[in-house]
Amino acid sequence: MISANLSAIFYLVSGVLFILALRGLSSPETSRQGNLFGIIGMIIAISVTFLATGNFSSGFIFVLVFILAGGSMGAFIAYRIPMTAMPELVAGFHSLVGLAAVFVAISAFLNPEAFNLGIPGNIKLGSLIEMSIGAVVGAITFSGSVIAFLKLQGIMSGSPITFRGQHPLNAIILLSILALIYSLCSTQSSNLFWILLAVSFLIGFLLIIPIGGADMPVVISMLNSYSGWAAAGIGFTLENTALIITGALVGSSGAILSYIMCKGMNRSFFNVILGGFGATNNDASQSSKEQRPVKSGNADDAAFLMKNASSVIIVPGYGMAVAQAQHALREMVDTLKKNDIKVSYAIHPVAGRMPGHMNVLLAEANVPYDEVFELEEINNDFANADVAFVIGANDVTNPVAKTDPQSPIYGMPVLDVEKCKSVLFVKRSLSPGYAGIDNDLFYKENTLMLFADAKKMTEDITKNL
Amino acid sequence: MEIDPLIFRLSIFILSIFVGYYVVWSVTPSLHTPLMSVTNAISSVIIVGAIIAGLSGDSESVFNISSLFGFLAIALAAINIFGGFLVTQRMLAMYKKKKKDK
Repeated sequence: MISANLSAIFYLVSGVLFILALRGLSSPETSRQGNLFGIIGMIIAISVTFLATGNFSSGFIFVLVFILAGGSMGAFIAYRIPMTAMPELVAGFHSLVGLAAVFVAISAFLNPEAFNLGIPGNIKLGSLIEMSIGAVVGAITFSGSVIAFLKLQGIMSGSPITFRGQHPLNAIILLSILALIYSLCSTQSSNLFWILLAVSFLIGFLLIIPIGGADMPVVISMLNSYSGWAAAGIGFTLENTALIITGALVGSSGAILSYIMCKGMNRSFFNVILGGFGATNNDASQSSKEQRPVKSGNADDAAFLMKNASSVIIVPGYGMAVAQAQHALREMVDTLKKNDIKVSYAIHPVAGRMPGHMNVLLAEANVPYDEVFELEEINNDFANADVAFVIGANDVTNPVAKTDPQSPIYGMPVLDVEKCKSVLFVKRSLSPGYAGIDNDLFYKENTLMLFADAKKMTEDITKNL
Repeated sequence: MEIDPLIFRLSIFILSIFVGYYVVWSVTPSLHTPLMSVTNAISSVIIVGAIIAGLSGDSESVFNISSLFGFLAIALAAINIFGGFLVTQRMLAMYKKKKKDK
């Protein structure tokens, strides 16, 4: 058994190691070391907790059993999960953090003596407030992440679910949560605590259903942030520095990612979380438009264009992930490189279903990360490139965002694909993307549409090169 | 008058938010997915609370309603810790630089 002061110092150490773990991610070279710091920090935190309780009775055995049970399940998932399913995995993991926070809060509420928080029915006011906040945010994280998970898995439709009075209803529920916390603190009634939890689960569910599939990068980042705040809330209750530091780190990390994603779409955070984007079909404007001519080609034409190019820029998007085309794409690029064609990749901040989604998929296909560029780094290069190969991306290449102030995506930063000498656009059909608007790029003089499955088309092109 | 320890914790919290802010802005965008999975893993340090809860039962009855919730939380957090760190490691191992000899 070690003293409370000593264990507090160890918790601080593990908090610092967690900071270093995030710091390591500033470059791929240091990132693996960073992850190691994170693991050490976690081992320290867990060991110190065991030593501090000094309880090595039969309960200790059960703790180990549950850690091993959960741990082997986690390890199994981590090794089996395909990289394309990373958004679902992260959403699923967020839900677990949320639920764990709720469970710890319940346990602390039922048995406050174990945590030195007072006795049932007379819990210290400060602890009760912190506990309720942790539980509420945890519950919202849980049900919100479950919905996000279902939408990403395709079990639930990715299109926004909206109904009348949705926003007033949510506002009322949020206010009632505040009222419930207030009365819980004055009455200490356990019934109120259960109601509070139930209402929080409900609001998490209601908050996420109106948000559509392509806004998932924001949702996942936001839930990431929530899971951090929930951990911090519990950290205050347990007076644990490691939890407070980590909660704050994760909370601000998720918030920054949400901000980056919103900026990538030129939409405000509120615009995204209030949802319904893409649900309001502007059929009227769509159908009234006359069919404009498009040039379409086959793999042979595409191969010809690329063979005669000296530089090619690849623009991957969510469609590439859906078609699992990343390996086929890299094979195509290998062939191009053998012909001394310079190839680079351009990644839009909101490409895919979570921040950095495309980068991971390309890394999985053995694409060196120094060939992959962010929007600001590469946007000027399109004017000098011969061919832009758009695979599975759509809205993020739409020049309308720069030219038409009426467009819903006006002002969104887009890749200047149209400045390329020629554009190859792999797509299944001419249907509009998530924003529900037509892509002007389809009808440009220098665009060749390749109507096919992304994977099949890339394979065919490679054969023809 | 003595300062409430809560104020110290609040200071740690606020300063950590700032640390997080600057550290996360320096994360390269290509590593944003590993960032999410690793933050996921470290936020599962909530397991320390779960362990305290799990060990709260007395020696005669390890399981009471409160410790049961603790044990469940331990299992959930453990999934996240192992899953989160391992999947991060798996991802990071894939990020390779261009080979020189190419």
